[in-house]
Amino acid sequence: MAKVPVQFTLNGTEKAEFIDSGTTLLHALRDKIGDTSPKGGCHQGTCGACSVIIDGELRLSCLTLAETCNGTAITTTSGLSEGGVLHPLQRAFLDAFATQCGFCTPGMIMAAKVLLDHTPTPSRDEVVEALSGNICRCTGYEPIIQAVLTAARSNSQHAA
Amino acid sequence: MAIRRGRGVAAINYPTGMNLGGDPTQALVHSTPTGNFMVTLSSVDLGQGMKQIMAQICAETIGVPTDRVVVDTADTDTGPHCMGTFASRGTHRAGNAVIQAAREARQVMLEVAAEELEVNASDLETDGQGNILVKGAPQKSISIFDVALSAHFKRGRSISGRGMFLIPRSYPEKETGAMKPSTCYAHACTVAEVEVDDETGEVTVLTVRNVFEIGRALNPKMVEQQLVGGSWMGISHALYETTEPYYPNRDHGGTDFNQYLMPGPGDLAQTEIIVLERPSADGPYGAKGPGEMCANPQIPAMANAVFDAVGVRIDTLPITPERILRALKAQAPN
Repeated sequence: MAKVPVQFTLNGTEKAEFIDSGTTLLHALRDKIGDTSPKGGCHQGTCGACSVIIDGELRLSCLTLAETCNGTAITTTSGLSEGGVLHPLQRAFLDAFATQCGFCTPGMIMAAKVLLDHTPTPSRDEVVEALSGNICRCTGYEPIIQAVLTAARSNSQHAA
Repeated sequence: MAIRRGRGVAAINYPTGMNLGGDPTQALVHSTPTGNFMVTLSSVDLGQGMKQIMAQICAETIGVPTDRVVVDTADTDTGPHCMGTFASRGTHRAGNAVIQAAREARQVMLEVAAEELEVNASDLETDGQGNILVKGAPQKSISIFDVALSAHFKRGRSISGRGMFLIPRSYPEKETGAMKPSTCYAHACTVAEVEVDDETGEVTVLTVRNVFEIGRALNPKMVEQQLVGGSWMGISHALYETTEPYYPNRDHGGTDFNQYLMPGPGDLAQTEIIVLERPSADGPYGAKGPGEMCANPQIPAMANAVFDAVGVRIDTLPITPERILRALKAQAPN
């Protein structure tokens, strides 16, 4: 079958690949482009581990066909740090011990980033709602919620 | 029909590790040419922090900063034998093996340093920062970096050690059946408060207050992390999780993890964690196993709280709304 060209921006860098039609964005990112920060958990859109940001919106890369992403700007967790300095969310996750096995962490950070981009100082309920599509087996969620609230507080300090 | 509140308490006594034919773990430690230390294990870090704790234990024993230690848990084909990371045994069993291996490596390190400094090895001590000093004369010293270089390129020594920890198999006494399945026990107690809707059978967990006695907490933040997650998992075991809701009948069993119910971020109980540190006699630097044990006491506490709330004893897990309603119905006068 003929390959399909796909072109998008990944973490600010132009990417172009020829893929099989029907390839998921998750597969394209991990196995074609080599960005393994989105994780393949359930491959059916319920665990959230594969979450990425496409044009500012949270998306499940396991349910997104790569060929539908032409011309978009995609952000993954591996693109968040700048010049070796961790993103405030990454720093907050570390400081709060909000990760154990780490498998859910990139998806959690993506979900939290979209929340904070739209709602810089969310309530606890808003954090819980934003994370409710992401499953964690280790932490009991509380450290993750605290990490997002901490990152939000540092947001409000920047703004002030 | 009403929402009824109940409180339950439970305490547990949890053996660290298992004993089904003996419970061994082995470890190897060696230095690199530049005085870093490599710990080789087959024990797996699956997120519980095995690598960090083994690095701390090795560093403490040899006398170097933790960041000078690399832990390789890569491969059960090539690493020394370990029974596995389960039953809260990793820190206790592998930790003791790492101490023994690190002590042997430290002895060789001190012998090489003694040759370089022309003193007796027994007169040397480490400063924990990567240097070896003469006791009482700290101006006479050598860095572990230089000792490792000397061992590798001048003296032809291997700064290395072998470690082994074995809980031997315990056979039951023929007369009484008594045996000693473990040498080290952790303890925990949980008080849980729940609300039970006696119309729907739904249980809402309000508070879970836990006290854990886990020996010495070698890394207090990681212990806390483990206990917070474990307490949540205990609630999950008690009220949510099963692959076989009508065992042995397979009907309605989940077919993948998406149908395996657990509490989400919106279902969290107010949780309190208190850690009691009573160092164990045979644990590495006094540690016990805080892993699997920490998800246990919530389960009987929850069953007791449900009993306190609505007066029915549920003795099959998980305690689902259906089981509560069936028990209430069986109990009701006709």
